[in-house]
Amino acid sequence: MQRRSPYPYWFVLPAAVVFVTLFLVPTVAAFWFSLTRWDLYTATYIGMENFRQFFSEPYLVQGLGHTLIYAVLTSATKSVFGLLLAVLLTSGIWAQGFLRTVVFFPVLVSTIGVGLTFSVLMHPTKGLFNVGLATIGIHGPGWLTDASLALYSVALVDLWKGVGLATLIYIAGLAAISPDYYEAARIDGATRIQQFWRVTVPLVRPATVTVVTLSLIGGLRSFDLIWAMTRGGPGFSSDVLASVIYKQYQAGFYGLSTAGNVILFLLIALLVLPLTWWFNRREVDL
Amino acid sequence: MTAFQKRTGIIATLFAVVIFIIPFLFIFLMSVKDKSQASHQDFTWPEQWQLWQNFSDVISARNYMLLLAYFNSTVITVGAVALLILFGAMVGYVLQRRQSGWNKVIFGCVLAGLIIPPAVVPTIWVLQGLHLFKTIHGMILIQVAYGLAFSVLLYSSFIATIPRDLDEAARIDGARPLQIFFRVILPLLKPVTVTLIVVQSIAIFNDFTNPLYYLPGKQNVTVQLTLFNFQSQFQTQFNLLFMNILLVTIPPLIVFIFFNRQIVAGMTAGAVKG
Repeated sequence: MQRRSPYPYWFVLPAAVVFVTLFLVPTVAAFWFSLTRWDLYTATYIGMENFRQFFSEPYLVQGLGHTLIYAVLTSATKSVFGLLLAVLLTSGIWAQGFLRTVVFFPVLVSTIGVGLTFSVLMHPTKGLFNVGLATIGIHGPGWLTDASLALYSVALVDLWKGVGLATLIYIAGLAAISPDYYEAARIDGATRIQQFWRVTVPLVRPATVTVVTLSLIGGLRSFDLIWAMTRGGPGFSSDVLASVIYKQYQAGFYGLSTAGNVILFLLIALLVLPLTWWFNRREVDL
Repeated sequence: MTAFQKRTGIIATLFAVVIFIIPFLFIFLMSVKDKSQASHQDFTWPEQWQLWQNFSDVISARNYMLLLAYFNSTVITVGAVALLILFGAMVGYVLQRRQSGWNKVIFGCVLAGLIIPPAVVPTIWVLQGLHLFKTIHGMILIQVAYGLAFSVLLYSSFIATIPRDLDEAARIDGARPLQIFFRVILPLLKPVTVTLIVVQSIAIFNDFTNPLYYLPGKQNVTVQLTLFNFQSQFQTQFNLLFMNILLVTIPPLIVFIFFNRQIVAGMTAGAVKG
């Protein structure tokens, strides 16, 4: 008789049941329902009609562009500021521990709470942003009321809330770099700036990969901060895919909403997979 | 510490106070003001401190909705985190200990779970079919499904550091698979388990989007959703809105004070592997 393994596969079963029914099945079903007119009970096949509608309505296509802008912008700023803050907060400056705590804390706070707080702080006339700017003689913009600015204002708050996580990952990455490299660079006469570009930036790559990938995925899926601050407005000027999905769902266009979901899925796959591949390939070159 | 480090530190602290602390101070100041002063929405010292009054007003508003929300959020968080520990550790254990073609499948699922955005309406459709839509236990299972990938990832990398000899010894002593897992392995996973509890409970407690979709209805309100209820109800009562924000911010703050180290460990898991 074959001896039973002490690591039986049924250990995986409870997790698999939950994951498959509540995550994989809906994900696969989404591809079918995105091709239908659907009221949750009956689905009528209508081919690519939902997608055609999605790409012909300007306010829906805009959401796609906004999603890209928002994700790329937040991901890029988080990695740049995260790295700079991490370098600063590992250089042995005064109050270093306190500063790390302060920078990281917003990560843990409710996104909705942060969004509502900043939407008050960004009020065009009463908000602290513009009152503060007025004291130095600058007439502040309508952060969330100006249609050309609203998306960027939300991205700014996203940076404020998320930079702590990037900093934390970079601090862990910096700790993994052997001090020998810096010593060798110093002996060769490298300046601090040269050390940063020639030693820190290349060797902290694994952390960069993590920060960029994580914040790009997060940015593409971003919903709650935008919803708390602008609800996609003014007009549709800060609508992203996730808020379009919610609005179509609320309006009862389930097929269209699901088509939005499929587009978001494809967008993430098309951006993240080549990015990971490119990051891995570069690693071999080094 | 050189003079340069000290000077840089002081300048950095000034910036940090302006950028990171003032918003929190603003929340606190707004939450203790009276109604008319709060409506100015400005950054001023409260003329009248009414911390307690605002507190009890927020708690009792809408027939003690906030208390119900705290109860619901706590049940969801505790339930989901408990299942995430159990299921995640079991998968991570088998994934590490047994090498076979299934490993690739499981690993693919973990990646999918980390990257793919959940398909919202089809999920509601599945939940309705299982009679789990608009129920607390349905919400718990949703949080488990969405959190599993992270939890499996965390456990499997930690279990790799536990020597196989321990399972072997227990097996020779006649322990069955379940006994080995619960008596030998699970206790050894405590450091990761603490990290997982802290990170996931903050994430689930702060979750807004999933309860918004899968848990509508007054009876099912969760903490994050109360913020919106208050926002529309107290359009002009900013003091109560901010008191509510303050009350929602306090639980993560407490967790952060006690479990700072575990949070850092969890958030950077896998970041430095390379």
